[in-house]
Amino acid sequence: MSLLDIQSLVVQYHTFAANVKAVDRVSLRMEKGHTLGLVGESGCGKSTLGLSTLRLVPPPGKITDGHITLDSIDVVNCSDEEIRRIRGKRVGYIFQDPMTSLNPVKKISNHFVEMIRTHEPETSEEDALKRAKEVLARLGILPERINDFPHQFSGGMRQRVMIGLALALGPDLLIADEPTTSLDVIVEAQIIELLKELKESLKLTLVLITHNIGIVAETADRVAVMYAGRLAELGETDGLFEKPMHPYTQALLNSVPNITKKGQVLSWIPGAPPDLAQPPHGCLYHPRCPHAFDRCRKEEPHLLRHDSSEVACHLFDKR
Amino acid sequence: MLEVRNLTKHFPVEKGFLDKLFTSRKSYVHAVDDISFSMKRGDILGLVGESGSGKSTTAKLCLKLIEPTSGSILSEGVDIAKMRGEELRKFRRNMQLIFQDPTASLSPRIKIGDAIKHALTYQKIGTASDQTERTRAILERVGLKPWDNFYDRYPHQLSGGQKQRVVIARALVLNPKFVVADEPIAMVDVSVRAQILELMLELRKEFDLSYLFITHDLAMANYVCRSIAIMYLGKIVETGPKEEVFGKPLHPYTLALLSSIPVPDPKAKLQRIIPRGEIPSPINPPKGCRFHPRCPYAQAVCSEREPQLEEVKPDHDVACFFPRT
Repeated sequence: MSLLDIQSLVVQYHTFAANVKAVDRVSLRMEKGHTLGLVGESGCGKSTLGLSTLRLVPPPGKITDGHITLDSIDVVNCSDEEIRRIRGKRVGYIFQDPMTSLNPVKKISNHFVEMIRTHEPETSEEDALKRAKEVLARLGILPERINDFPHQFSGGMRQRVMIGLALALGPDLLIADEPTTSLDVIVEAQIIELLKELKESLKLTLVLITHNIGIVAETADRVAVMYAGRLAELGETDGLFEKPMHPYTQALLNSVPNITKKGQVLSWIPGAPPDLAQPPHGCLYHPRCPHAFDRCRKEEPHLLRHDSSEVACHLFDKR
Repeated sequence: MLEVRNLTKHFPVEKGFLDKLFTSRKSYVHAVDDISFSMKRGDILGLVGESGSGKSTTAKLCLKLIEPTSGSILSEGVDIAKMRGEELRKFRRNMQLIFQDPTASLSPRIKIGDAIKHALTYQKIGTASDQTERTRAILERVGLKPWDNFYDRYPHQLSGGQKQRVVIARALVLNPKFVVADEPIAMVDVSVRAQILELMLELRKEFDLSYLFITHDLAMANYVCRSIAIMYLGKIVETGPKEEVFGKPLHPYTLALLSSIPVPDPKAKLQRIIPRGEIPSPINPPKGCRFHPRCPYAQAVCSEREPQLEEVKPDHDVACFFPRT
């Protein structure tokens, strides 16, 4: 059985102006020990999808349809008490900006002790501290620095602390939302190497949300490409990079410069992502798609299996 | 075209009341420390480095938006660092800046046509109708056409890519010779980045521009630039033609940067040399070579003496006692 099973999830933001579907009928499965890369442009709904797995979508956002099952727990309908037990304990979450995710007036030790003892009240403060130090040491932070405040750490170290907090209770699933976006390239490489090492040694199940195609190529087993709240393509990393099927995936991969390739010609996608308050008819990508034909303007494509991957595009639907 | 000699900028560190009472020593942020480089007409020089390496300070110095502590910036033989008042204002026609965040660089209450035209009125170029005419032409040139669809719009009505086009148009309406682009695509969506870069490259040919391109994205720098200068903690550590610096890097820091980039190809074999730790504080930069505490190849001499930028191969300079070959 899959660890995480998302079935036709719909997340909507209700505002005065419009009712925006940020995530629209997305289905995903995560097997134990796998890494999924969730990619797409800003505003495509990847963070909303990540947050909804812990029911953390901020208002006015709301899960309006679909199911999320985490190890046979119904995340959408379970009680607040139950979801609190999942957050941090079963599912660890790493946010983009480590500066705003740590409390500036609390020592690192307090962050750990509070979290460990909230979930395991029987643990003594000493034991909690001991565990925290073990976790930090593993992430390359000297245990004596546990009594420092967040501002005494550099950006990369703070992100290590965030990863430590997410891992302290031994979660089954780790969701990392743009874990390296605010970091410099060398520190980014350090954090990616760390995540890869942890993935191997702890057999972590990891969801990596990012717009950086390079990071996905390096770490993920499978890739999900999102566009305007929907899944455009889903497949094994090697296959998807070698033979991207959805025109959006193709265009996205062609817009990323690769320093190891000589004489590369970059292309771009004309226009801009659609305004989800007034989405176009049919396939949401058709106004920007070079292959669009009549059917794309009228009928919305569904995610269909094709060889080893799944793709939502009429070009591959031979019905 | 542009020659920078021994340029230095130190920012004084503001101290608290008690520190002022009890310590007399002043401390400085060594943002840019004794750097020299030159650019030819039509050149695209990429200034590459991590945050805190001094690249944006260098850019601001080149346009004299801030006063250098010492050193000179020669543009066609004239020292910009010494220029003042009216002379400087007139000179600024020749040099323009494209900022990172297009939303922050456009006033939300000024129509984009007026924002572009303002550059011309400020420089007192042409009559009012000339100015409007030029604004219309440049709008169309950067791809915002037809112009009457955009002239009277406000920034919030445009997408990120379109706003960056407006910023480019505003920089180019004065027909400058030299443009500094400070991370021009960092805030633009991945799918339209290449389009903005392509536009900038086209305009370079058409307007006979030279670009100083500031970025932390090495893959982008590799795509756009002709020559590269790598900065670390206020110093240029390696400079040369792109093919040399990225193809046969000599400085261990350049090597580290290059090996850190995530490659968008799952089959790529990565051989990473990641230096320990992070960029140290520029208030008390390490003695000797500034990279030595993190350098895997450092030896005793590296902590004692500071390596100078020296030509190792034609046009390819490096500041390292033990360059990698």
